[in-house]
Amino acid sequence: MTSDVDAPTGESATADSPAGRRVRSRRRNGQPGDRPRLTRRPRLTRRQRLSRWDVKLSPYLYISPFFLLFLVVGMFPLVYTAYVSLFDWGLLSGKGEFIGLDNYRDVLDDPVFFKALVNTISIFLLSSGPQVVIALVLAGLLDTRLRARTLWRMSILLPFVVAPVAVAIIFGNLFGDEYGLINNALEGLGLGQVDWHTNRFASHVAIATMVNWRWTGYNALIFLAAMQAVPRDLYESAAMDGAGRVRQFVSVTLPMIRPTLIFVIITSTIGGLQIFAEPRIFDDITATREGGPNHQWTTLTMQIYNYGWGRSRDLGEASATAWLLFLIIVVFALANFLATKRFAKGGGR
Amino acid sequence: MQQTHRLRRLLALGTAGALSLAVLSACGDDGDDEAGGTVQLTIATFNEFGYEGLIEEWNAEHPDIQVKQKKLGTWDEAKENLYTKLAAGSGLSDIEAIEGDAMPAILAESDAFEDLTDPELDGRWLDFKAEGGTNSEGQMIGYATDAGPEGICYRADLFKKAGLPTDRDEVAKLFPTWDAYFEVGEQFVKKVKGVAWYDATGGIAQAMLNQVEYPFEKEDGTIDVENPELEALYETITSTVEKGLSTRNAQWSDDWVAAFQNDGFATMPCPGWMLGVIEGNAEGVKGWDLADAFPGGGGNWGGSYLVVPKQSKHPEEAKEFAAWITAPEQQLKAFAAKGTFPSQVEALDDETLLSATNEFFNNAPVGEILSNRAKAITVQPYKGQHYSDILQAFQNALLRVDDGSASPEESWKTFLSDVESLA
Repeated sequence: MTSDVDAPTGESATADSPAGRRVRSRRRNGQPGDRPRLTRRPRLTRRQRLSRWDVKLSPYLYISPFFLLFLVVGMFPLVYTAYVSLFDWGLLSGKGEFIGLDNYRDVLDDPVFFKALVNTISIFLLSSGPQVVIALVLAGLLDTRLRARTLWRMSILLPFVVAPVAVAIIFGNLFGDEYGLINNALEGLGLGQVDWHTNRFASHVAIATMVNWRWTGYNALIFLAAMQAVPRDLYESAAMDGAGRVRQFVSVTLPMIRPTLIFVIITSTIGGLQIFAEPRIFDDITATREGGPNHQWTTLTMQIYNYGWGRSRDLGEASATAWLLFLIIVVFALANFLATKRFAKGGGR
Repeated sequence: MQQTHRLRRLLALGTAGALSLAVLSACGDDGDDEAGGTVQLTIATFNEFGYEGLIEEWNAEHPDIQVKQKKLGTWDEAKENLYTKLAAGSGLSDIEAIEGDAMPAILAESDAFEDLTDPELDGRWLDFKAEGGTNSEGQMIGYATDAGPEGICYRADLFKKAGLPTDRDEVAKLFPTWDAYFEVGEQFVKKVKGVAWYDATGGIAQAMLNQVEYPFEKEDGTIDVENPELEALYETITSTVEKGLSTRNAQWSDDWVAAFQNDGFATMPCPGWMLGVIEGNAEGVKGWDLADAFPGGGGNWGGSYLVVPKQSKHPEEAKEFAAWITAPEQQLKAFAAKGTFPSQVEALDDETLLSATNEFFNNAPVGEILSNRAKAITVQPYKGQHYSDILQAFQNALLRVDDGSASPEESWKTFLSDVESLA
């Protein structure tokens, strides 16, 4: 690669120039007077060859680190998980007999799997939806002329940098069933207590709160970055047309940041379907943190862990669950893609 | 132009280089922090072993073998960590503490652990503890640390409110059997509103299970949870939950910990190691005492072992340290620190043990009481390699009854199918 750097000025400049210019420059390098024969290519010098390779290969080399890494940490696990899922494979005992799709059947026969599926979707809807809306509003507010703007923008990211363990302690105190802060407050107001760790829906709300607390600020910053790129004269003309703040936000800001919106929705969908840490931390009830004694808030990623590292220590079933989750995410991503494509067209970019 | 191109290339090169470096270093050995011939050992414990002072003592005496302790909150966390790293083949500490109930499962994986057999240590431990650490081939895999003879811890101030006797000798007479214990409990919850009788359903279950000869498995190691004794036990416990005797809090949960500060309950089964836990959770609360009695005869709850995984790079030193710290003299100091009752024969009639009192528990003669409790133990339950896993499933069954998410019958059915999936 170092030889590229030494390449002479003329050639090196061709690295990212369009094909047309490359042809011209080659002709210039050809011998003058001697009319080039079109049927045979002229013999290239070593330097020229290097230069051509550079043009052809370099872009791939530049992007290769990502793909190499992806191959190692993304593709390989994916394929290997599929392989493991076809075997009787214990955590300690290792690879056993080939059993075909038996692991998939066992997982689909397990009522806990469907509980986990419903929990996952419920927590996903309760987290990703409000998260995107609140983040949009926050970003809209931060995009205005505020005093100490940087301070506000920085502090919105604070929840994101707090250590998960500290988060666990804070929310453990908030959502305690008997001695929790929220229930104490409700009691004080004469309202009934909420059984955060018993009631299925209440537990989902509590977990979604933890997720939103962590990710809303992060998404708001992404939105903010997109909003700052919106040309200010659009707002000026909108204001001249008599649009108020809200109207400006809806009719100017939102359409202008549509690509970012789509990006955030898709990443938060992928993240939302893989929620693991929060519900696990939330379970201080069962010794194995498996998502409540009645699996009230077990998510699919937790269920992968429960199969593989819980009481049954069965990596085969864990892998099968992982693949089922993968397929579910693909379905969601496709649905998302189609929906957002429509959304993007509807706006008429 | 030229400048920026060169810069871009350099940047790309640099990024690629940095990435590959990061990958390389991530794959590298995480480093053995050996400095100048000193051996670094780690010991992983959970809960309170009372080893802090002892490790300092060892480190001062052995400059060439320095020991560090890694503490985890509960055994269940330690168990998860242990299995994950056993499967990974690396990452375990040189010495790992194992909860007594899980020792049979560890013995089934003897290949992964060093044989610690040492004829010099014959007769150091109580027979049942020594047997518990020895596999079917006669290799001693684990050195026993403590035992868990149980008394009943109670809140004298709350007993007073209920018109019950408060003196520990009088209180001891209240609980000859579990039926008697639950009956007094019913009287108590009627008189003192808002206070439960015992701390956690799961805790009572542990105490009762430890008096059953074959709780979950038959003598040949096959799983048998549909035995009449276990069914009766389940029914008794769940009926007391319905009578309001339980806090319905899961043991070790935030609510359970908070209940110590909020007069949540009046009694709990108390193995020696629990004394340190109560003292920590109930800091500032006055009225705790320990009665020299246990319903249904004596019982042993817990008590752990130290094992040396084959993964250890210094098995000899690890073995030496494990042997040292489980010696009677050392275990007596651990008892003084955290109340972990020794499982070493010589320590049991040691004067310092017998005369030990505990200020937090109203100066109760805890050494003498726990010795008496150890002598009262008649049944050692059979615990096969599935015991620890089935126990977790059983605890979950009780938790579903606790939180009302299932009726006792439904919950029992789920328990049966959970156990089914283990085999």
